[in-house]
Amino acid sequence: MSKLTPTPGQTVGPFYGYALPFTKDNELLAPGSPGSIRLQGTVYDGAGEAIPDAILEIWQADSEGNVVQRTGSLVRDGYTFTGWGRAAVGNSGVFTFTTVNPGPTEPGAAPFISVAVFARGLMNRLFTRIYLPENEEALAADPLLSSLDPERRSTLIARRDADGGLTWDLRLQGGNETVFLDFERFEGASQ
Amino acid sequence: MLLDANAGHYQDDELVPAAEPHAGHAPLDAAAETQADLSAEIKAIGEAYAQALKGGAAPETQPRLDFAPYRSSILRHPTKSLHHADPETIELYSPAFGHQDVHALESDLTIQHNGEPQGERIIVQGKVLDGDGRPVAGQLVEIWQANAAGRYIHKRDQHPAPLDPNFTGVGRCITGPDGSYRFTTIKPGAYPWKNHLNAWRPAHIHFSLFGTDFTQRIVTQMYFPGDQLFPLDPIYQSIVDQDARDRLVAKYDHELTSPEWALGYNWDIVLSGSRRTWTENEAFGDAGDEE
Repeated sequence: MSKLTPTPGQTVGPFYGYALPFTKDNELLAPGSPGSIRLQGTVYDGAGEAIPDAILEIWQADSEGNVVQRTGSLVRDGYTFTGWGRAAVGNSGVFTFTTVNPGPTEPGAAPFISVAVFARGLMNRLFTRIYLPENEEALAADPLLSSLDPERRSTLIARRDADGGLTWDLRLQGGNETVFLDFERFEGASQ
Repeated sequence: MLLDANAGHYQDDELVPAAEPHAGHAPLDAAAETQADLSAEIKAIGEAYAQALKGGAAPETQPRLDFAPYRSSILRHPTKSLHHADPETIELYSPAFGHQDVHALESDLTIQHNGEPQGERIIVQGKVLDGDGRPVAGQLVEIWQANAAGRYIHKRDQHPAPLDPNFTGVGRCITGPDGSYRFTTIKPGAYPWKNHLNAWRPAHIHFSLFGTDFTQRIVTQMYFPGDQLFPLDPIYQSIVDQDARDRLVAKYDHELTSPEWALGYNWDIVLSGSRRTWTENEAFGDAGDEE
């Protein structure tokens, strides 16, 4: 068990817009470069309204399934894929990334993109995953997906667009609420 | 100049809605909820939590996602339990940042313009540690804050306090081998917001932190000791446990105070435990910069 108690999170608030975004923050690859795809979606609240003040981060393996440990995300040189990006949603709640389809990090594993979500009104960041829709066999064998009922499971799987891109919407609350993840092994233990 | 690199984003800021505008000159309408209304709600939640503790419940360490006194959270918190998951592959690593990403001067928020910013110059210093006490070395720390008058440079901040042409309020640094960070800045002012009538945020600095695992990622706020607004603020109070709240409050440190120059505050940040299997070199804090 951890020896130190973690520092609490707090909401990102409404005024991150002049601090967290940076040039090409959402371009893990230059748009239009070979192998690049668009990943887009909309962030919704519990009333089904698009949220205009959320900011997302994605973190993923490269197309070969390698975990990249290269610096340079904040000052992109145009060709180094760092695996990490950040996108503030626009006025209509839409976010867009340019990235690659992540490869499986282990043979037979279902590839996914790790996501952290921040928003005004959201007290603490949330984690979730975006799975690629292909390879039903790998999806069926995935430890997380197979632990979810089919309706909730579908909130973690992107749709493949006609142009090869991915669409994945995020719902903070409501009937089709996105599955959010808790990685704390001991959280809730009372002893 | 640092601002130029981000110039494009100032326009994006116009996209941020006025849904939670800061108080302007116009008074709220008579139906607005008062601080007394909000304080009563906060008190009831606090009393229920105290009872739960007496009944043997584990102390809470994080803010409640469902905390109605912060009105904007009502439609923005998940109503289903977070799903327990074991972190896998990519989640056991963090993106790498280094001195290619952040210039050393970005940690001094008082030298980003031609003149000296107004206000009380301060040094904020501390360490980023993981849950086992290991330093988080070579990682990115980002901060942003209001100026001394309680005004953000953000275009949607309508609080009629002066902007400071010599203060942007954005800083970054890369932690040292011992997990240390250090910023020179100006003590931010308290500011009004429209959660309810006469709502004021305690002075705070926003912090964004990465660990060695992406699952350790947090964004939080650092407060200053002794702030009289703590009991009144729904965001601070969304952490119902006093020990947990105290972890967000910096300590005044006279040893850190620089004579004839700046007051010193110390604030260590503890991330959740890493789930990685550590090599000896990593555990002793090799910086992550490849360049």
